[in-house]
Amino acid sequence: MVAKEIRLNVNGIGKMAPGGDSAGEGMPGSSRSGPGVRRRELLITTAMTLVFSATSARALVVKGSLPWATNAGTPPTAVHPGPWAYFTPEEGAAIEALVDRLIPPDPQTPGGKDAGCAVFIDRQLAGSFGSAEGLYMHGPFADGTPQQGDQSPLTPAARYRQALAALDKYCRATYSAKSFVQLSDDEKDKVIVGLEKGQVQLEGTSGRTFFEYLLQNTREGFFADPVYGGNRDMVGWKMIGFPGARYDYRDWVERHNERYPLPPVGIAGRPE
Amino acid sequence: MTRKLPATDVVIVGLGWTGSILAHELTGAGLNVVAIERGPWRDTATDFPPAYAQDELRYRIRHDLFLRPEQLTMTFRNNANQTALPIRSWGSFMPPNGVGGGGVHWNAETWRFLPSDFELRTHLVGRYGEKFLPEDMTIQDWGITYDDLEPHYDKFEYLCGTSGKAGNIKGRIEAGGNPFEGARSREYPTPPQKQPYGPTLFAQAAQEMGYKPFPQPSGNLSQAYTNPLGVTIGPCTYCGFCEWFGCGNYSKASPQTTILPALIRRPNFEARTQCEVSKINLDKSGKRATGVTYVDTSGNEWEQPADLVLLCAFQLFNVHLLLHSGIGKPYDPRAGEGVIGRNYSYQVTSSVDAFFDDKIFNPFIASGSIGMCIDEFNGDNFDHGPHGFVGGGYMGAVQTNGRPIQTARTPQATPRWGAEWKKAVAKSYLSSYEAVTHGGCYSYRDVYLDLDPTYTDRFGRKLMRLTFDFHENELKMSTYLTDRLAEVVQKMGPRQLEKHPRRGHYDVTVYQTTHTCGGAIMGVEPKTSALNRYLQSWDVPNLFVMGATAFPQNPGYNPTDTVGALAYWAADAIVNHYLKSPGPLVQI
Repeated sequence: MVAKEIRLNVNGIGKMAPGGDSAGEGMPGSSRSGPGVRRRELLITTAMTLVFSATSARALVVKGSLPWATNAGTPPTAVHPGPWAYFTPEEGAAIEALVDRLIPPDPQTPGGKDAGCAVFIDRQLAGSFGSAEGLYMHGPFADGTPQQGDQSPLTPAARYRQALAALDKYCRATYSAKSFVQLSDDEKDKVIVGLEKGQVQLEGTSGRTFFEYLLQNTREGFFADPVYGGNRDMVGWKMIGFPGARYDYRDWVERHNERYPLPPVGIAGRPE
Repeated sequence: MTRKLPATDVVIVGLGWTGSILAHELTGAGLNVVAIERGPWRDTATDFPPAYAQDELRYRIRHDLFLRPEQLTMTFRNNANQTALPIRSWGSFMPPNGVGGGGVHWNAETWRFLPSDFELRTHLVGRYGEKFLPEDMTIQDWGITYDDLEPHYDKFEYLCGTSGKAGNIKGRIEAGGNPFEGARSREYPTPPQKQPYGPTLFAQAAQEMGYKPFPQPSGNLSQAYTNPLGVTIGPCTYCGFCEWFGCGNYSKASPQTTILPALIRRPNFEARTQCEVSKINLDKSGKRATGVTYVDTSGNEWEQPADLVLLCAFQLFNVHLLLHSGIGKPYDPRAGEGVIGRNYSYQVTSSVDAFFDDKIFNPFIASGSIGMCIDEFNGDNFDHGPHGFVGGGYMGAVQTNGRPIQTARTPQATPRWGAEWKKAVAKSYLSSYEAVTHGGCYSYRDVYLDLDPTYTDRFGRKLMRLTFDFHENELKMSTYLTDRLAEVVQKMGPRQLEKHPRRGHYDVTVYQTTHTCGGAIMGVEPKTSALNRYLQSWDVPNLFVMGATAFPQNPGYNPTDTVGALAYWAADAIVNHYLKSPGPLVQI
């Protein structure tokens, strides 16, 4: 009903699986709603011409019975730690250092790095979120009021790349040729505060907007389902007491002021 | 090259709540009905099974169930002195896409409007005088009364199995319900949902202050229910993945869980999905619709001729299609003339955050419309004379979710990151609470929808342009409502309380509600409304337009119960009057 969120609206689209079989086109007489019909959520188009990729859904005629197809809703594909999918090694190291200051480790809970936030961001940028898939990215591009939202022609992936390069330049110029990774914790925090408050000027890009993206995506990585590569071992959920992907609290709704006793579970279950 | 298809009796644009209801009623009357839906087919078992439906990132943060702005968006500005720019990703409201429409992802808060809401202008002028209203406020009576609509509210609620407690049955005030509501013909179909700790505390505090709290009417069902169509809905499990999500339990009222299983078996019904209607076609006279043109996923254009055209898309897209089809006179704010795009309205929401030391709220035990509310400050339920504004809203403890990306809150003074943020989140998650107000939004001369001069969609059509800002009346109302809410929350005994009334300019990036209204409103005369009291176009009598598009302004409630009731009201008029003698149902 009501939600307070940061002003910057950071959106994208869930990962699409590769295309499957297609159904009949949207004309009468080609009704096919039996097994074998696989559809995809998204119509992919360019500015004025209709171009369809292998992953786009096909028009369908539905008559007589409810359509049914396995995995019609494209279940998520699990992310595993491993080589960077989008970042260069230097970018990846910088992001790991950044997320570990945004969410620092403490004796109770790992920090952003060990929680997998950098892996999460890397995989998001390599996918449909990074490419701004499904968003309205046509010009003319103009700066508007804050109330009109982000009007940048940059995709999130391009924004990260540009901002990380500019950040590296800033750090080396300000801290005697050191990269962000090489700074002390206090120096790192000073840089991040500068980005947040708009005091650190990055060349060719807005440090403040980059900070907002980074903070939002880091929190996503800390609290999203572990299937996306962050929230490793559900550390974010355990820290706050969120049971995760459980789906039935009927026995608990009227047990007031009591701590829920069961450990969290994710979409893919849980390790133990 | 548009290919022409065989004619049908009825073509429906959009297969959400109103499209499903009208398809069911009109196939029941023996007509052949074709529904054309822009998005995909969606159903519980195939699209949101409890194996992965509970995914905050995918559905809440990445907007998986919603229309892609690339497919269609609109431009936005606060006022006519600014240049409107595209809404490149959704923020303030979430246009639906696909079968079930907004009925898939709504909270299912199922409220009736107050009797005075339907005769708003007459009522307010009668009580306070013409001068009490702001000069540029363009509120109107609806052309129907609560009593006209009551049987249809009843029909929609019994279709949904709505869980609640009546406050007024045939004029008799019932303990435990909302004493301010209009008279109902009978009790809700199912009893209220169970209440978690927060709403229970809120209700105790409200009661001590002399208010009359009641459970919010809910389309997430308290128990299993079989509706008059023979479709069975399951009991809600309080999973906390409700609004923004499809329900994996068959327990949220939606077209999928109430109508479609019965409708799809009818041989005279057919749905075409992933097909986008680009235009309503008119004959040479411009007074009769001949059908619609739509585009399939290969880019092929089809013409579907029909005797009756029912515009059942989401509010914004109904207006967009009317503007593109040249039906009705577009609104001109300078002259104050024209009707298409006129009287856009929204919702004015606010919140109070409370932080406790000694309480465990378990915010994740939630449903889209669980909660305890009070209605003392809605509509004209209180004397506005001393306050200098009109309108109001309901308020209460509505526990919709504890999804952490979105709701892990910290006191305002906390840094947004770092060790202190981390500590505060860990401490506050279970022990803080957010209560809300849900206020109305009245209509104004300078708030409207028209076509943008610059930006186009993928068909090369001009995008629609939204010109909207909050007005002083609504901001005053929000401050007043938030103060009243804070008094109740204070009684719950928090360590710290923060008020967040709606302030400043309308911001299209911050989610508030998806209750966009108006733009082709119903009324008593063609000069000030696009539709007559039966939601029939004044200009094109074989076209009916459904949804919140018809609201002349927005009261302090969620729209869907009224949207459903109006669909049944219009269906009744079509079946019992229009079909017998096709033509205008209101003579002027």
